[in-house]
Amino acid sequence: MALLKVTNLKVWFHTRNGVVKAVDDVSFSVDAGQTLGIVGESGSGKSVCCYSLVDLIPKPPGKIEGGTALFNGEDLLTCSAQRMGEIRGNDIAVIFQDPMTCLNPYLTVGEQLIEPLLYHRGIKRPEARLQAIDILNEVGITNPERRFNSYPHELSGGMRQRVMIAMALIAEPKLIICDEPTTALDVTIQAQILKLLRELQQKRQVAVIFITHDLAVVSEVANDVLVMKNGKVVERGTTAELFANPKEEYTQKLIAAIPSGVKPLTESVPKATPLLEVNHLRTWFRDYSVGLFSSAALKLERNIKAVDDVSLTIQRREILGVVGESGSGKSTLGRAILGLAPRTAGQIIYDGQDITQYSARQMKPLRRKMQMIFQDPYASLNPRMTIFETLAEPLLVHGLANRKTVTAQVLELMDDVGLARAYIRKYPHEFSGGQRQRIAIGRAIATKPEFIVADEPVSALDVTIQAQILDLILELVNKHNLTMMFISHDLGVVRYIADRVLVLHRGKVEEQGITEELWAAPQADYTKKLLGAIPRFANAGM
Amino acid sequence: MLKFFFTRLLQAIPVLLVVITVTFFLVRLAPGGPFDAEKAVPPEVLKALEANYRLDLPVWQQYTSYVGDLVTGDFGPSFRYPGRSVNELIMAGLPASAELGLYALLVALVIGTLAGIIASLRPNTAQDYIPMSTAMIGICMPSFLLGPLLVLVFGIWLDWLPISGWGDMPGDKILPSITMGAGYAAYIARLSRGGMLEVLSQDYIRTARAKGLPERVIIFKHALRGGLIPVIAFLGPAFAGLLSGSFVVETIFQIPGLGRFFVQAAFNRDYTMIMGTTVFFAFLIVLFNLLSDVIAVWINPRLRHQAQGGH
Amino acid sequence: MVAIITNTDEVLASAEQGTSLWSDAWVRLRRNHLALAGLGILIFLAIVSLLTPWIAPYGYEAQNLALGATPPSWQHWFGTDIFGRDLLTRVMYGGRMSLMVGFVATGVALVIGVLWGTVAGYAGGRVDAVMMRLVDILYALPFMIFIILLMVVFGRSILLLFLAIGAVEWLTMARIVRGQVQNLRRQEFIEAAYSLGLSRWRIVRKHLIPNTLGPVIVYTTLTIPSVMLLEAFLSFLGLGVQPPESSWGLLINNGVETMEEYPWLLIFPGLALSITLFSLNFLGDGLRDALDPRTSKD
Repeated sequence: MALLKVTNLKVWFHTRNGVVKAVDDVSFSVDAGQTLGIVGESGSGKSVCCYSLVDLIPKPPGKIEGGTALFNGEDLLTCSAQRMGEIRGNDIAVIFQDPMTCLNPYLTVGEQLIEPLLYHRGIKRPEARLQAIDILNEVGITNPERRFNSYPHELSGGMRQRVMIAMALIAEPKLIICDEPTTALDVTIQAQILKLLRELQQKRQVAVIFITHDLAVVSEVANDVLVMKNGKVVERGTTAELFANPKEEYTQKLIAAIPSGVKPLTESVPKATPLLEVNHLRTWFRDYSVGLFSSAALKLERNIKAVDDVSLTIQRREILGVVGESGSGKSTLGRAILGLAPRTAGQIIYDGQDITQYSARQMKPLRRKMQMIFQDPYASLNPRMTIFETLAEPLLVHGLANRKTVTAQVLELMDDVGLARAYIRKYPHEFSGGQRQRIAIGRAIATKPEFIVADEPVSALDVTIQAQILDLILELVNKHNLTMMFISHDLGVVRYIADRVLVLHRGKVEEQGITEELWAAPQADYTKKLLGAIPRFANAGM
Repeated sequence: MLKFFFTRLLQAIPVLLVVITVTFFLVRLAPGGPFDAEKAVPPEVLKALEANYRLDLPVWQQYTSYVGDLVTGDFGPSFRYPGRSVNELIMAGLPASAELGLYALLVALVIGTLAGIIASLRPNTAQDYIPMSTAMIGICMPSFLLGPLLVLVFGIWLDWLPISGWGDMPGDKILPSITMGAGYAAYIARLSRGGMLEVLSQDYIRTARAKGLPERVIIFKHALRGGLIPVIAFLGPAFAGLLSGSFVVETIFQIPGLGRFFVQAAFNRDYTMIMGTTVFFAFLIVLFNLLSDVIAVWINPRLRHQAQGGH
Repeated sequence: MVAIITNTDEVLASAEQGTSLWSDAWVRLRRNHLALAGLGILIFLAIVSLLTPWIAPYGYEAQNLALGATPPSWQHWFGTDIFGRDLLTRVMYGGRMSLMVGFVATGVALVIGVLWGTVAGYAGGRVDAVMMRLVDILYALPFMIFIILLMVVFGRSILLLFLAIGAVEWLTMARIVRGQVQNLRRQEFIEAAYSLGLSRWRIVRKHLIPNTLGPVIVYTTLTIPSVMLLEAFLSFLGLGVQPPESSWGLLINNGVETMEEYPWLLIFPGLALSITLFSLNFLGDGLRDALDPRTSKD
């Protein structure tokens, strides 16, 4: 008998703008010791589906409209609130996405850890503490006695997620729901956490529901996979079967959207003429935030070496991928080159001119040629300007259009980036993430630039949208002969788009080289570790 | 923590110095001498008076000696009550004022936080609307209006409670305390509701729910500390507000407290008394700001960590 | 907002007009009946105040000692005071003063606060640290006492009252604007504007100011009632508006003296003040919910 058997689950949200069928007729089951992966893009209902089982959705507006969820023969959807309180944390535990916000900052790690024991098992504090230290040890936290008394902010993201796992395991539940447990983490940390989860599951024979948007992660951890879209199940099957032979079009599209394979080498790169040369660039931030009290603020006055002695060159019509984990300084590097972040030392030569000391006035004609695409399409557009105003502004400021021709030019730009002309008078908040990123790209290419810094332009997007935007970027690079610095944490994306790759770690260059050569034979230890951490398809034959 | 406390204490010194200096010179700038209003005073008496109050010295020396006296805790003699020092007057008014302030603060904190928490548990229902509309009335009903109305209704028409005095009759402390605390109770109710709503929407509350903790544990152990931070930050300003509220409330209810003395001194142009009470009030306000800062840091582990000299 | 007039084009003609954040906010505000009622009452009060000299039923100084204090009647809706003066007329004239103090002093606070906050937030670094430190120090000062001191020392002039109240209220405004500007400066669309080579002035004008306007409007609406309260408080103590001028605080003060015999002399001015404060606060709350739905906290 299945541990959990969900049949025809329906969860609807009754909002002012009508009913949203977040989960519509979903059925699945999980056995002890097995992992079910639920895959879907944002808005697919994958999280709501699982949260509704343990009564964690906001009600109202959410409402469970039908179905059953038999857990050990007991229907979770109809049991009393009191009974649900007994089940949660005791029989069913949840691990959430963002370990930074999911731990209470006002309580010690230990206190939060032993709560399931205190309130479900009636175990006294000293005994609970011993158990907690054991389990902290088990999830790989060094010095658990000390960490027991730490507050969450004293731990790194990876450690916090370990604590969350310990918290889920401590009452020895039969089922664990993991909601994107590694999405907020760097790729090397993700690899460690996934390994830990797998080991613990095998040891304890618990059932796991693993919710994620990342197909590669699912292929590594799950026995069975459920693909969801718009609240409905699109396809289900064993992991091996589903990835080797996807039947539904949507699943095929999802798998195809994962950036894979190699970009063919662009042959026409004339090596002799670098467009951009960066020599020994440093950006050190001085932290002189006036703290709570001035004497300690003086102590805080220390340098953060965001970019530390970085040299690179980019040839004309080349895409240089810059790869690094969070805190590697990759964004600061891109901004420092464009003069958006301060430069402490070093030299920047653009098209033969040393622009390091250029004033804002001297930079202005160059600004037309150097543009940037930002990560967050929600923050990078002025919410109070229409698409027309956003796209017309650079054209008018640089004198590339006059009032008569500007509309035609804006419409041409919209065609270029694949936006319907009818949207010209709309505001950013009326668009989806992918469409907004198209607008942002349109703004960046409006002035017909030569060089573009793209800072994680696709990492805020769903995987199918991501594929579209990547293809758009490649198309525009070819059409307008662009040179690009493409910054990303996602190695798959960089491999797909970049001619050459530079690996950044703690502000320093670890390694750089032709993309495929670097992939085939990484030299630096850090690069090896990074490449080894990427989750791969078990059966996808990459 | 101790170090944090002392650095903050040190920072209070320039603030106090600014208060003393501004007060001193503001009063000196006042047109006319302090004894102008008196009937013709013989020159020799005037001279003796001026010497007594050090008015014969150059302003600069007056200032330094005044600051010097303040450091030793001496506020000087009163202009209007010959023979009595400002210290005596402050000490005479302080007990009643302190008691009134304490009761008002209790009224504000207890009623305010309770109403705020209750409202935040079921937002946008009657349980939210009723206390919050009442709070809005409290905010729009200043103490100088609420006080007389309470007197009118409970003191005169219903004749339930005495309408003036302090400690002379049983129950004469009720109306002043409510008058002074009500507005702050209303404000604190809004702050704590907002704080609680903010915290209750945090991910870590969802984590606590997912652990199957009882609702009371979630509210009192997990949500309350974060939710009350805005209230704690408000305590300093609230105290300053209570002080100025005491001017009105003590006048309405004829309570022999500092606030009434201050208002009287202002009307009597009793300059040393004005200066003395101003500096004393400033000292109290700075002290309470400090206290509310220290509590805010102490309650938040992250700030506490920084305050202990961590990174 | 649309600075550019476009040529006629069939695409433009067929393009749907988007809903700006402003019109979005207006839709949200319209659903908030309390806020709308507040707005209506305020508009009514403003019109009455402007027209008072022409529509007041009696003269401001007109006494009728023979009549004395009478309760509300058809001739005198709000009753009369001990000199037989019509209370409705006096409340109307008092409202003129109270509202004027509210708006003018808030205007003073608005100008100083917005300038100070924008400069500090935009400059950042040490300039910001120094400017905000100064605000912190001023914050710690017992301003209420200083205002009383000022009124005592320099006499009770209305101009001084405006300046003194404005000087207190700008501090919070400066903090809010500075926080907002600093927050916006980190937003990528400001960086994008900079990387497009826009001039500093254009960035401030087109990108920064329109986006700080929301919180400023909200806070302004909430500053007016607190300023009016401060004025009423000072006038109640006899330190604010002086006779023969009048304000609601002064009328309440007069009403308190005789409330046992003539309670209407306290109740009507009190009601006028409370209803105005109510309207402003409800409108402020409504605007906050409408303009910034995420930060509506209390």
